[in-house]
Amino acid sequence: MDLKFSKEDLEFKQEVEGFLDANYPLDIKEKQDRRYPLDKSDVIKWQKILSKRGWFAITWPKEYGGSDLSPTKKYILQNVLAEANTPILIPFGVNMCGPVIYSFGTEKQKDFHLPKILNSDIWWCQGYSEPGSGSDLASLKTKAEKKGDYYVVNGAKTWTTLAQHADWIFCLVRTKTTSIKQEGISFILIDMNSEGIEVKPIITIDGAHEVNMVYFDNVKVPKENLVGGEGQGWNIAKFLLMHERTGIAGLAAIKRELNRLKELASEIYTGEDTLLEDNSFRKKINETEIELEAAEFTELRTLSAIAKNGAPGPESSILKIKGTELQQRVTELFVEMLGYYAHPFFKENELGSNMSIGPDYAAPVMPNYLNFRKVSIYGGSNEIQRNVIAKAILGL
Amino acid sequence: MDFSFNEEQTLIQNQVEQFIQRDYDWETRQSLAESDLGFSQENWQKFAELGWLGISLSEEAGGFGGSAIETMIVMEEFGKGLVLEPFLETIVLGSSLIDLTGNAEQKKEVLSSVIEGNLQLALAFTEPQSRFNLSDITTEAKEDGKNYLLNGFKSVVMNGPSANQFIVSARTANNQRDIKGISLFLVDANSEGISTRNYKTVDGRRASELTLENVKVSADSILGSLDKGYEFLEKGVDIATLAICAEAVGIMEILYKTTVEYSKTREQFGQPIGKFQVLQHRMVDMFMEYEQSKSLLYMATMKHVENAPDSKKAISGLKYQIGKAGKFVGQESIQIHGGMGVTDELNVGHFFKRLTTIGTIFGNTDFHLKRYSSI
Ligand SMILES: Cc1cc2nc3c(=O)[nH]c(=O)nc-3n(C[C@H](O)[C@H](O)[C@H](O)COP(=O)(O)OP(=O)(O)OC[C@H]3O[C@@H](n4cnc5c(N)ncnc54)[C@H](O)[C@@H]3O)c2cc1C
Repeated sequence: MDLKFSKEDLEFKQEVEGFLDANYPLDIKEKQDRRYPLDKSDVIKWQKILSKRGWFAITWPKEYGGSDLSPTKKYILQNVLAEANTPILIPFGVNMCGPVIYSFGTEKQKDFHLPKILNSDIWWCQGYSEPGSGSDLASLKTKAEKKGDYYVVNGAKTWTTLAQHADWIFCLVRTKTTSIKQEGISFILIDMNSEGIEVKPIITIDGAHEVNMVYFDNVKVPKENLVGGEGQGWNIAKFLLMHERTGIAGLAAIKRELNRLKELASEIYTGEDTLLEDNSFRKKINETEIELEAAEFTELRTLSAIAKNGAPGPESSILKIKGTELQQRVTELFVEMLGYYAHPFFKENELGSNMSIGPDYAAPVMPNYLNFRKVSIYGGSNEIQRNVIAKAILGL
Repeated sequence: MDFSFNEEQTLIQNQVEQFIQRDYDWETRQSLAESDLGFSQENWQKFAELGWLGISLSEEAGGFGGSAIETMIVMEEFGKGLVLEPFLETIVLGSSLIDLTGNAEQKKEVLSSVIEGNLQLALAFTEPQSRFNLSDITTEAKEDGKNYLLNGFKSVVMNGPSANQFIVSARTANNQRDIKGISLFLVDANSEGISTRNYKTVDGRRASELTLENVKVSADSILGSLDKGYEFLEKGVDIATLAICAEAVGIMEILYKTTVEYSKTREQFGQPIGKFQVLQHRMVDMFMEYEQSKSLLYMATMKHVENAPDSKKAISGLKYQIGKAGKFVGQESIQIHGGMGVTDELNVGHFFKRLTTIGTIFGNTDFHLKRYSSI
C-alpha cells in the first residue's frame, strides 16, 4: 500500500494547473465562480479549449482522438479541473454517444461523428426516457418502423436534458415487438433538424429550462443511422451504463463545494462564534467530510483495481449512490448556512445580473438545492441502484 | 382529555376547507403567485367578511376572542391549499403583537382596519447578521425631543411589499445582543426615510429589504413600554411559530397523501410503484412523521393556550420536529415522484419549497434544539 503519487504524476498535476492558469477564460471563470448559469457558447468554447490540448475525450482510445493518459493521470486531470471549478462537460456526446459509436458504429458513422464530437461541433442529447418508461426503461414505446431506406420514428421522449441546444439526439427505439422487451430495442442517431421533431420545454422547480419533451411525428431517419444492428439497443445501453458508472460521483467537485461552505461559514458570526465553530453546524460539516473521505478512497480503490485487473471491483457500485447523496447534503448545508437569505428567489434567466439579496453568493444557493434533487433520480434512481447492488453484488 | 374541536371551531375548519376547494384550485394559486401582488386582495376581503381576520384577536381589539387553536385550524387548512394570502404576517405576527402590547388607541386604530381587511402589516425583526436571535439588533432608535429617529436595516421582511405599517424592533438602550433595551415601533410604510427593495421568495411569497434612514416616529408609536420589547417579540414569534407549524402539518398531509396516491397509479415494471416495499416503508415513515408532527402541534398549542410553564419549550420541540419532518417528507415526496417531482408544473415541488422555507423561518432545527435544551 502506498498513498503517494509518483513524481511523474505530481509533475503532471503541475502541468494541468499551469494549463489552467494560461487557458481558462476569465469570462467563463467569473460566471463559474459566482455559480451563474453558462450559455451554450461558453460550454462549447471551454470544451474546444480542452479538446485542443487533447484533454477532452480522455477516456477514448488514442486512435479516435482520445488520450493515452494512465488511469491515475486521468484522475488527476479530472480532479484539478473540478477543484478549479471549470465547467462540467456535457456528457452526451463525449462520454455517451462517442464511446457507443467507436465501439459499435460503422466506419462511416465513426468518420462522420467522432471528429464532430471531439470538436464540440455537434451538441448531442440523450433520448432514452419516455413518459411511461423511466426506471423501467425496457418498456419504452417509441417506434421505429423500417420503410425502404428509412426508419419512420413515432413517439415521445421526455426529460431530455438540454435538447433545446441539441443538433442530434441518440435514442433507444422499438424496432420490433418481442416477448422479451429488451430484444426489440435499437439504438439510433437522429438529426434534430429532421421534419416532425418538436421540442417542448419542461420547467423544473428551480425555475430553469434544463429538460424537455421531444416529440417524434413520422420522422424519417436514414437506415444507416442505426448503430450496432436491430435489437442491439439494450446491450449498447448496458455498455454505456458501465461507461458512466464511475464518472458520475464527481467527488472532487463535492470537496470543492464543501471547502467553500467552510470558508463562507467562517465569515458568518452568530453571537460569539462563527457558524463554522457552531457545534451543531460543525458536526454536520464534519460528518459530511468523513463520508466524503471514505468515498474518495473508495474511488481510489476502484482506480487501483482497474489499473491492476482492468476492471473495477464491487466497491465501485456504491459511488453513484454515495456521490449523489453527498452532493445533495452539501447543497442542503448551503441553504442552512444562509438562513433567511436562502429565500429570495431568482430564476435561471434572472441570475447573472448580480441579483443577490444579502451575501453576493446567495442567489444560486436555493436553485442549486432544488436542482440537485434530480441527482438521486436520474441516471438510474438511487432505489434502482440499490436494487442492482442487491442483485448483482449481494446475490439477493 | 379531548382532542376534538367545538362547534364553532369545526365550522371554521369547514369554511376554510370549502374556500380552498371552491376558490383556491391549483391554477388559481399559481397565477396569484405570479401576479404582482402575490396574492388576491379579493380573497383577503372575503377572509374579512367571513370573520377569519379577527378570529384570534381579543374582543377588546374588535376580534372574536379566539385562541391559538382557532389560528391553528385556519393555518392547517391554509397549508393544504398552500394559501399565499399573508395571514401569517399580518394577522398572526403583526396583529397578535399589537394585541399583546398595544394601548387602547393603537389597538383601535390599527386592528380595526386589519380586521376589516384594509390594512397589511409586516414585522421587521430580522437583520442580516441576526440569524434567529431575536435580540441581535443593530437598528437604532434615538430620542429626538418627543420623537424617535430610526436608523438601520431589516432583512427578508415577510409581506414587506404589501405592508401599510411595519413593526420594527430597534435598540433604544444597551448592546447589540442584549435582551434589554429593545423597543417595538409601529411605523407607517410611507414615512420619510423608509426605502424597500421588494422581491419574490422561493415559496411564491413576497418579502423586502428595509432600510430606515432617520425615520421620524412619535413616542406614541412605541408598542408596549420602552426598552421592554424583547419579551413581547419573543411571545409574538412563538405564537407565529405555532401557526407556521400548523401550516406545515397541513402541507405534510397533502404531500404524504399525494405521494401515496401517485404510487398507486404510476406503473413501472408492470406494477404500481407503490407495490415496491422499499417505497412502502418510506411512505409509512412519511405518514408517521406527519402524525408525530400533528401530535406535537396539538400539545404545544394547548400548552400555549393554557399558559403552561413549559409552553416555550414545547414550541421549540414542535419547531424542531417540523423542521426535521418537513425536510424528510418534502424530499421523499419528490424522490418517489421521480422526474415528475422536480417539475414546476406539479404541485409537489411547491409544497416542498414552502416546507423548506418553513424549516428556516423563526429558527431552524439546530436553533430550536438548542433553545429546547436551554429551557
Ligand atoms: C433533471 C433530469 C434530467 C434528466 N435527463 C435525462 C436525459 O437527458 N435523457 C433521458 O433519457 N432521461 C433523462 N432523465 C430521466 C431519468 O433518467 C428518469 O427520471 C429516471 O430514470 C426515473 O424515471 P421516472 O422519472 O419515470 O421515475 P419512475 O421510474 O416513475 O420512479 C418513481 C419512483 O419509483 C422508484 N422505483 C421505480 N422502480 C422501482 C423499483 N423497482 N424498486 C424500488 N423503487 C422503484 C424510483 O426510484 C422513484 O423513486 C432525466 C431526469 C431528470 C429529473
